Amino acid sequence: MDWVNAIVQGILLGGLYALFAAGLSLIFGVMRLVNIAHGDLIVLAAFLGLTVTTTLGINPLFAIVIVAPLMGLIGYGLQRVVLNRTLGDDILPPLLVTFGLSVIIQNGLLEIYSADPQKMSAGAIETASLNLPGGLNIGVLPLLMFITAVAVIGSLQWIFYRSAWGRAFRATSDNQDIAQLMGLNKSHVFGLAMALALVVVAIAGIFLGVRTSFDPSAGPGRLIFGFEAVIIGGLGNLWGTLIGGIILGICQNIGAQINPGWQLLAGHLAFLVILAVRPRGLFPRIDG
Amino acid sequence: MPLLELKNLTKSYGAITVADDLSYEVAEGDALGVIGPNGAGKTSMFNLITGTVAAASGDVYFKDQCITGMSAPARCRAGISRSFQVPQPFGAMSVFENVLVAATQGAGESGQAADDLCLDVLDRTGLLKRANVAAGGLTLLERKRLELARALGARPSLLLLDEIAGGLTEQECRSLIETINDVRASGVTIIWIEHVVHALLAVVDRLIVIDFGKKIAEGEPQTIMESKAVQEIYLGIEVDA
Repeated sequence: MDWVNAIVQGILLGGLYALFAAGLSLIFGVMRLVNIAHGDLIVLAAFLGLTVTTTLGINPLFAIVIVAPLMGLIGYGLQRVVLNRTLGDDILPPLLVTFGLSVIIQNGLLEIYSADPQKMSAGAIETASLNLPGGLNIGVLPLLMFITAVAVIGSLQWIFYRSAWGRAFRATSDNQDIAQLMGLNKSHVFGLAMALALVVVAIAGIFLGVRTSFDPSAGPGRLIFGFEAVIIGGLGNLWGTLIGGIILGICQNIGAQINPGWQLLAGHLAFLVILAVRPRGLFPRIDG
Repeated sequence: MPLLELKNLTKSYGAITVADDLSYEVAEGDALGVIGPNGAGKTSMFNLITGTVAAASGDVYFKDQCITGMSAPARCRAGISRSFQVPQPFGAMSVFENVLVAATQGAGESGQAADDLCLDVLDRTGLLKRANVAAGGLTLLERKRLELARALGARPSLLLLDEIAGGLTEQECRSLIETINDVRASGVTIIWIEHVVHALLAVVDRLIVIDFGKKIAEGEPQTIMESKAVQEIYLGIEVDA
């Protein structure tokens, strides 16, 4: 039963990893930008959530209402003021600049919030669980995270393939120059894409801060999980990213079941195996 | 007042001059043909008009407004759109969606109005039956038609066509000419670069000849085609004085 339990918890944990990864996947898909600061932006969102929660005295899950639009604005501004200038034929400048951004965010957070680990308390929901037949326990909070992840991926998928925004994203991603001549301002389109990605980051950050303790240096670790989920699922495929997150979560929990020290190692090993066997991921997007 | 006016446009890439003190006007409702040898700067001229490339000096006026400093997307929204010599559809998107991008972003339509505009344009360009096909799977003629449809989707007042008849069979060419004449009849001003001269002559009422970025002749199509300058420079025929 422990094994079944480990797998179920792994699936639910995978939802959180998919939330880490979705924004990364979106940004890479639209503008071929690998955002090294993605994990730090998740941690930034968690700290913003902490500030909102302590200032207003509200449940961190409701802080999303404030943090998500705030992160969206930060994303739009960041893209227009900094990142758009780095985009071009060379992929090195955006890598270097987002790496620098990662250092700046970490040190900025350290300066403001200190290195002490923080945690947001969501109250009774954190310990609430559903008892299923067969001795299976499903935490309400992990379940909520998983459902949110599915809803977020579904919404992104809808935006991408059914809305005017999504058409603008896909057209710009396909051919920037032609899109410009169709009346699309690419700086604005990229700004909107980053805003959307950081709204997802905000949701991920709040859940991270409710689920575990976090500190200013927690970003790069989240980035790795996000990367692994994206690569396992296949670049440019959002549902694939969700499956990638789930596989990562299951492998980590099975590793932990064998030996508590093997949790992260098992996840990385699974990632390496998939990278070796299917370098383009399990569900690569078929380009038309 | 002319719809479009180029004033002393100059642009070069190193030693290669693609626009050399280029000036001309296009009146509203006009159809202007552009001919000249390969590498003469015809497509570069389109890049200068659409704003993809900035001129080194000189100005572009559109609807009495200087648009020299305007970005390419803003010029598209102002009413200038173009087709490309080598069709470049958004391959993974459907034909309808390709046009919809232009209709929502270029023409600024949304909802039902945008859909109606797309359907109308697809109908006029003969692509209605292919609306839901991925643009990557179209034939050459269909791709050329999609270039035209996408340009029309932005609801331009000035349409720039870049060798849209090239590579088509005689019959395909005839049906395309018919479509372009329809577009013109609807009040759209056209500038058309074309090597297939008979197609060009079936539509335009004025011709300019460009070589080394310079306008070397301008006037009635028949007069221009018979002129010594064109026969020497463009057609490569030695003409005795």
